[in-house]
Amino acid sequence: MNSLILSVGARFLTALFLLFSLFVLLRGHNSPGGGFIGGLIGAAGFVLYSFAAGVEAARQALRVDPRAIGVWGMAIAVLSGLASALASLDPFTGLWLILADLALSTVLVFDIGVYLAVFGAILTLVFALEETL
Amino acid sequence: MADSTAPGISRPFGYTASILAALILVGIALTVPAVVDGRPVLFALDWAPSLGISLAFMVDGLSLIFGLLISGIGSLIFLYATGYMGNHPQFGRFVLFLFAFMVSMLGLVLARDLITLFLFWELTSITSYLLIGFDHDNPRARRNALQAMLVTAGGGLALLAGFILMGTAAGGYDLAEILTGPGLQDSSLYGPILVLVLLGAFTKSAQFPFHFWLPNAMAAPTPVSAYLHSATMVKAGVYLLARLHPALGGTMAWSVTLATAGAVTAVLSSVLAMRQSDLKQALAYTTLMALGTITMLLAGAHSYALTAAVTFLIVHSLYKASLFMVVGAVDHGTGTREVERLGGLGRAMPVTAAAAVLACLSMAGLPPMIGWIGKELIYAGAATMTGAPLVIAAAVTANALMFAVAGIIALRPFFGAPIATPHVPHEAPWQMLAGPTVLALGGLVVGVLAQPLLGSVVGSALTGSLLQDRAAGLHLWAGFNEAFVLSILTFAIGAMLYTMRDRFATLVDPVLRSMPSLDAGWDSFLDWFRDLAAWQTRVLQTGRLTGYMLAVFAVTALALGATILHGRPVIMPELPRSAFLWLTVGFTAAGAVVALNTHSRIAAIAGIGTVGIGVAVIFIFAGAPDVATTQLMVETLSAVMFAIAALRLPGLVERRSRQRQLAHGAVALAVGLCVTVMVLSVTASPLDRTITQYFEENSYVLAHGLNIVNVVLVDFRAFDTFGELIVVLLASFGAYAVLKRKGRAGA
Repeated sequence: MNSLILSVGARFLTALFLLFSLFVLLRGHNSPGGGFIGGLIGAAGFVLYSFAAGVEAARQALRVDPRAIGVWGMAIAVLSGLASALASLDPFTGLWLILADLALSTVLVFDIGVYLAVFGAILTLVFALEETL
Repeated sequence: MADSTAPGISRPFGYTASILAALILVGIALTVPAVVDGRPVLFALDWAPSLGISLAFMVDGLSLIFGLLISGIGSLIFLYATGYMGNHPQFGRFVLFLFAFMVSMLGLVLARDLITLFLFWELTSITSYLLIGFDHDNPRARRNALQAMLVTAGGGLALLAGFILMGTAAGGYDLAEILTGPGLQDSSLYGPILVLVLLGAFTKSAQFPFHFWLPNAMAAPTPVSAYLHSATMVKAGVYLLARLHPALGGTMAWSVTLATAGAVTAVLSSVLAMRQSDLKQALAYTTLMALGTITMLLAGAHSYALTAAVTFLIVHSLYKASLFMVVGAVDHGTGTREVERLGGLGRAMPVTAAAAVLACLSMAGLPPMIGWIGKELIYAGAATMTGAPLVIAAAVTANALMFAVAGIIALRPFFGAPIATPHVPHEAPWQMLAGPTVLALGGLVVGVLAQPLLGSVVGSALTGSLLQDRAAGLHLWAGFNEAFVLSILTFAIGAMLYTMRDRFATLVDPVLRSMPSLDAGWDSFLDWFRDLAAWQTRVLQTGRLTGYMLAVFAVTALALGATILHGRPVIMPELPRSAFLWLTVGFTAAGAVVALNTHSRIAAIAGIGTVGIGVAVIFIFAGAPDVATTQLMVETLSAVMFAIAALRLPGLVERRSRQRQLAHGAVALAVGLCVTVMVLSVTASPLDRTITQYFEENSYVLAHGLNIVNVVLVDFRAFDTFGELIVVLLASFGAYAVLKRKGRAGA
C-alpha cells in the first residue's frame, strides 16, 4: 500500500496507540480499560504499522517475535497467579502492597500478563496472515 | 533376543525389580496372621469424597491369595526375564512395563472400592498392551497387542457401567459394604449389572466367545506370557467373579451363564491345546481351559465348588508359570518351541526337564501334587452344582485332555531319541532355572502339606471373602468316593488320549477346521468398523466451511427454539425513546443489508464492520464502556483480518442454488428470532443480583478496584481469564501453524 498519508501518519499513530494502550492497561483497575483492551489497542497499533511499512518492518520495529511475547505473557500470568502460594493462599489470590496512595499487587502483574498474551496472540495471527496471503 | 551383542547394562534393573517384588511378597505375607484370624487389613485415602469414591484397599483371604501369587511369581519372573532377555537393548523399558503391570495387578486385587478396582483394571489392560506389543517392530505383535487391548478395554467399559449401576443399586462403591450387605440379586438393576460385569470379566479372562485374544497374546516375550497369561492378568476376570460372588452369585442367570461359558471354554480349549505343535500355544490353550474350569466352578454356590475354584487357581498359577518358563528355557536353549523338532533334551537340560516333569505331574493332577487335590475338589464341587452330570462330564473331558497335554509337554521334548535342534541344546542360566524349579517344587510341597500350608488361607478366602460357612478340607486322601473314581477314570481316558493322539488328530482336525474362526471374524469386524468411520467422516466432515456453519447455526436455532417453547412467556419491554439509539439501530441493520446484497467483498466487510460498531455503540448506551471498547477493538481487528484474507479471493458471485439460499436465509432468520426472544425472556424475568451485589460491595474493599469489570476479570475470576488466555494463544498459534505450513506447501 503506497499511501503517503498512511505511511507518514502510521509512525505517529503507532506510537500513540502503544502509549494509549499502556494508559488503558494501567487505569483499568479503577476506570474502563485493562489488560485485555490494552493488548488489543497495542496490537492494533502494530497492525496499522504493518499496513503502512510492511510486515518485515513491523517485525523489526517490534524486535521480539510476537509468539514469544504471547508466551511470556502467559508465563507472567501463571507466575503472578502462583505467587500467592508463597503466602499459603489459593492460586490466583491477589497479594497487595499498599504504599500510601499507591496500591501495587500481583493482580496488576497478572493484567500485564494478559496484555502481553493478547498482544502477542493477535500479532502472531495478523502477521502470519499478511505474510502468507 | 538373548543372543544380542549389546552389553546387558540394564540387568541390574531386573534384579532390583525382583528384590522389590520379593519385598512386596514379604509385606503381604506379614498380613497372613491377621487375615487368617478374620481381621482384614484396611487402608484408605479420600479421593473424590463428594462422589463417595475413595482410594481404598483391603487385604482379605481372596486378596491375600492373589497378592501372594502376583508378588511371588512376579519376583521369580523378573529374575527369569533377566536371564532370558537381560541383554535386550530395551530391557530397562521392559522391566518398567512389567513392574507397572505388577503394581496395577496388585492394586486390582487389593482394591476395596469399585472405582479404584476399575482404575487398576484398566491399568492392567494398558500395561499388558505395552508388554504384548513389546516386540513392536513385528506387525503381528502390534496387531495382537491391539486386539488384546481392544477386547479387554471394551469389556472394561462395560464393567465401568456395571460398577456404576452397582454403586447406584447398593448406595455406595465400598466393596466391603456391598458384599456384606443384602446382596444385589433382588435389585431391579440386577439384570443389567450382571450382563455388564460378566462382559468385563469374560473379556478379561478370555471366556468363550472372547477367548480368541489370549493365544494371540503369546506374541509377547515368554516372561510376559508366563506372568500375564498364566498367573495374573487373565485371572483378574475370575478374581472379579469370585469377589462379587456374594453380591451377584447364586441366581439362575449367574449359574447358567458361568457354567455354560466356563464349560464350553474348558472343553473347546483343551481340544485345541492337544492340536498345537508350538509348545507355547499349547500352554496358552491350557490356560484357557483352567480359566474356563474356574469360571464353571464359580457358577456353583456350594462351599465345595468354591473351595475347588480357589484351590485350582493356586494349582494352575504354580504349574502354568513354571511350564511357560520351561518352554522359554527350551526355546532359549535349542532355538525352537515346535514339539516335532524336540526330543531327548533331558540329558542336556536336566534341571529344566526335572522342573517340567514335576510341573506336568501337577498339571495332570497326579498325587502327591497339589494338582491332584485340585482335581479331586473339582469333581467334588461339580457334584454339588446344578446340572451336575453335564458339569462333571465337561470337567472329566477337559481334565483328561489336560492329562494328555501334560504328557506331551513333559515327555516329548525331554525323553526319547535326541532330535537335531537349531542350536546345540544347552541348559539355561541359573536365573531362568530358579523360577520353574521353585514353582514346580512348590506344587509338590503344598501338595504334601496342603492342609497345614494352604488350609487356613483358603479357608479365610472362603469364609471371609466368599462368605461361606466353611471351606472344604485339602487332603491328598479324601476316601474312596465319587471324586476318586472320577480321577481314576480321568487318568485312564487321558492315558488313552496320549497314546492315541494321532488317531485323535485325524478325528478332531476336520471338525476344528470347519468351525468359524473368531479371530478372522475380529479382523473383518475391525475392517467394517474402519469403513464405517471413513464413511461417516466423508458424510459429516465435508471440509466446506458453509456446511459446518449451517450445521452449527441450525443446531443453535433448534436448541434455543426448544428451550423457548418450554420457557417463560415473553413480555415486550417498553421501547426506548432515544432518537440517537434508534439511529444506531438503523445503521446496524443497514450494515447487515449491505453485507447481504453486495457483490464486492470489501463492501461486505465494511457492512459487517458497521454491524459490529453499531453493537459497540449500543453497549455504550447500556452503560458498559469496557465491553464496548473491547467490542470496538475486536471488530476493528477482525475486519482487518477478514480484509487480508478476503481481498485475495475472487469476487462474490452467487454460486448457490435458489433453494440453498432460501435454506440459509431461513436458518439465519430462525437464529435471529430465537436469540431475540431469548434475550427478551431473560430480561423479562427478575435478575438474581446476589453475585453482582457481592462484586459491587467487595470490589473496592477486597480488590482495591473501582472498575468492577476489570476486578472481576483479573482478580475475582482470574482463573477463568487465565483459561481464556490459553484459548486465545492456542487459537492464534494453531492458525499460525496452519498458515505457515500452507505457505511452505504452496511455495
